[in-house]
Amino acid sequence: MRSVALRAGANLAGFRAALRALMAEGVPPAEVVWQEEGAPADLHARPLVPHPEAPAVPLPRAAVDLIATVVMHRAPERYARLHDLCWRLTHGEAALLDDPSDPLVHRLGAMAREIRREIHKMHAFVRFRRVEEAGLERYVAWFEPEHFILEAAAPFFRDRFRALDWTILTPVGSVRWNGESLAFGPPATRDEAPAGDPVEAAWTGYYAATFNPARVNPARMRQEMPRRYWRDLPEAATIPGLIAEAPARAREMIEKEAEMPRKRDPARAVAAMAEQRPASLAELNAIIARSDPFVEGGTRAVLGEGPDHAAIAFVGEQPGDQEDSQGRPFVGPAGQLLDRALAEAGIGRAACYLTNAVKHFKFRQTGKRRLHQTPTAGEVRHYRWWLETELDLVAPRLTVALGATAALALAGRAVPVTKNRGPWRFGDRPGYLTVHPSYLLRLPDAEAKAREYARFVEDLRAARALAA
Amino acid sequence: MDDRLATKLRILADAAKYDASCASSGAPKRRAGPGGLGSTSNGICHSYTPDGRCVSLLKILMTNYCLFDCAYCVNRRSSNTPRARFTVEEVIAVTLDFYKRNYIEGLFLSSGIARSPDRTMEDMLRIARGLRRDHGFAGYIHLKTIPEASPWLIEQAGLWADRLSVNLELPSAASLGRLAPEKSAAAIEGAMAQTRARIAEAREERRRFAPAGQSTQVIVGADVATDTELLTTSDRLYREHRLARVYYSAFSPIPEPSSALPPEAPPLGRENRLYQADWLLRSYGFTLAEIAAATEGGMLDLGIDPKLAWALRHRERFPVDVNRARRSELLRVPGLGIRVVDRILAARRHGALRLADLARLTRNSRRPLPFIVTPDHRAPGLDRLDLRARLTAKPRQLELF
Repeated sequence: MRSVALRAGANLAGFRAALRALMAEGVPPAEVVWQEEGAPADLHARPLVPHPEAPAVPLPRAAVDLIATVVMHRAPERYARLHDLCWRLTHGEAALLDDPSDPLVHRLGAMAREIRREIHKMHAFVRFRRVEEAGLERYVAWFEPEHFILEAAAPFFRDRFRALDWTILTPVGSVRWNGESLAFGPPATRDEAPAGDPVEAAWTGYYAATFNPARVNPARMRQEMPRRYWRDLPEAATIPGLIAEAPARAREMIEKEAEMPRKRDPARAVAAMAEQRPASLAELNAIIARSDPFVEGGTRAVLGEGPDHAAIAFVGEQPGDQEDSQGRPFVGPAGQLLDRALAEAGIGRAACYLTNAVKHFKFRQTGKRRLHQTPTAGEVRHYRWWLETELDLVAPRLTVALGATAALALAGRAVPVTKNRGPWRFGDRPGYLTVHPSYLLRLPDAEAKAREYARFVEDLRAARALAA
Repeated sequence: MDDRLATKLRILADAAKYDASCASSGAPKRRAGPGGLGSTSNGICHSYTPDGRCVSLLKILMTNYCLFDCAYCVNRRSSNTPRARFTVEEVIAVTLDFYKRNYIEGLFLSSGIARSPDRTMEDMLRIARGLRRDHGFAGYIHLKTIPEASPWLIEQAGLWADRLSVNLELPSAASLGRLAPEKSAAAIEGAMAQTRARIAEAREERRRFAPAGQSTQVIVGADVATDTELLTTSDRLYREHRLARVYYSAFSPIPEPSSALPPEAPPLGRENRLYQADWLLRSYGFTLAEIAAATEGGMLDLGIDPKLAWALRHRERFPVDVNRARRSELLRVPGLGIRVVDRILAARRHGALRLADLARLTRNSRRPLPFIVTPDHRAPGLDRLDLRARLTAKPRQLELF
């Protein structure tokens, strides 16, 4: 017989070293006594001498994970069971873990589940209390875990409460997060933790208020929140009272006769509620201006511009770099080109309404430049209600879609522009479909540019005729 | 926290408790950035109330003043219940105070409709945005959207919330017309369709918009709808609006009742059976017709679960051989859930399973016995007419003599 003494707690490193030595010597599980360090030695067993050179034991990934979990268990038998597992895995039963009906696999699986559950419950039931020290706030909790899970449970609190200075004290160790790293410390006692927190009364009140006395079911509550946790849950103090009063409160609810309302029927308020659509462009624009962009980038909303009841409304894609800086639509290079074409077609810009399908500049920052990004179909839809409401208020005789994004926004589906150029109906709105002026700017050779520009001016003339 | 705020909190938590939804799962994995607060989990219940329900989110109404007059709702305008209203800043402060002490996973905010649907929804939006943008809050946020609010508010809400929901409340337009005269089924489903479309587009484009999806709640027992009708509605909602969950909330007697309501609550078991049937539809390959055929006049059997009810009527499909049956056949055995079935499939590759093996794979190994075959067990009494009674008989405690 051999004996192995391991330091108390979840001793993964100690178990690994002992396992390597035992495997190197070929000692079967039946010949090992596992003990806690400091316990009286077993006289019939020879203590295991560490083998620093003993080779690593090759195990399947799932077994390594299982070992790392089960060493946290409180049961003293855990090391013997794990040794048994490793022995069988390396002596002809390599696929042992795939058989959940094997008694050993079943038992270790159950132990691992208990560990995972306890970690989960610790994440749920730790209650921090705020303390103020020298003007700085700290959050301190006392918790009594059933297994050795403090180190496994701590990263959750780090990831969640990164901005806070917090400490969890337990009878088997403590941990503190100072904003940079987790520091594990010695065991603590309950009286080292703060005795209360002013917010607890509000929390307890909230807890009591969410309970529905018509549906009392304490067994189900205890199944998920066993009594052993209650001592450190401030809300648990109210449980006996809530259960005791429940039948009377439920009876009262059932027996209570329907009563006439004591206040008058707010008929006018109810009627006013129906009229909440923005009544003017100014109201709509205020909403758009205070809302958040649906696209990446966009520093401010660039609103439509032009008189109410303009004969023609032009809808572009989205504001560009210049428009975003100045806060006005169609003032950049494409806007200037549009101005020129409008003048040639005999349309005064001041008489038209100009706006964009997307109200914010979507861009990607590369160095000092802000690179235009085409909005996706989904992003265009986020803006649709605003655009539709805007056009309802302006009520133009003709709505001109400049380019594919405007066509998508107005039609509610993708409409290829080059194939459908010309008059078009956007739902109930008479419309016209043409290219965006930025398309003309992007054409590479001068000849194509001149030809396409002429076609664009022709489109504008046709639109003018339709809107007349 | 001062007393006035604590009183408001009690009133507005009390007013919100009739909503069944509490899930905080489904959000993408997030953790606090440097100097930030909050992370998401697979759904942690931080406490349980004596009704056995999970407390995961701070579930409150922004206000319980309401212009609507829905008979099943304690906050309807004709009810004499005490009223309160939170400011935007108060909700943010309470949420952060509770979150920092590890009481909650996040906020589930709903509201009565005060002033107008748009102004109410916009205040809810300011709360969600304030938490996220001004406080770096990365915890869970569920907003109950108001279907009567303008569509742009739903568009904006999805930018900040993990989950959006709209309560369907009643399974048919007729019941809605009678019990909630100001609500319109078309407005509710319109909001659901809009939310569904935006979620789908955002997923396709890898953008963030209500990433945990949308859910709804139906009240059970306030009208005459049968279980089959309820499940038909849910089935349609799952398909048409891709809802993450449909919650069934047994109509519960409320303080300040309305005379349009039944005076008694339906048995709580009904809600439970509906959830079980809902699972069978979503995860066990059952069709609506199969579940409907296992009901009595459209009502699920309250004494036994819907899978057992189906099995008792389809005994020709049993017994099932645990060592040979396909996954879909095993899933139909009463007492075998998805996880147990998957464990059986893994274990039987290593040799024939006997009853003792099965006992290690399932928590309650007696329930499937009448319907299965193993080398050492042959479903006894599957033809017995009193099988249902034998399966439901409660063990009687012996008298001490």
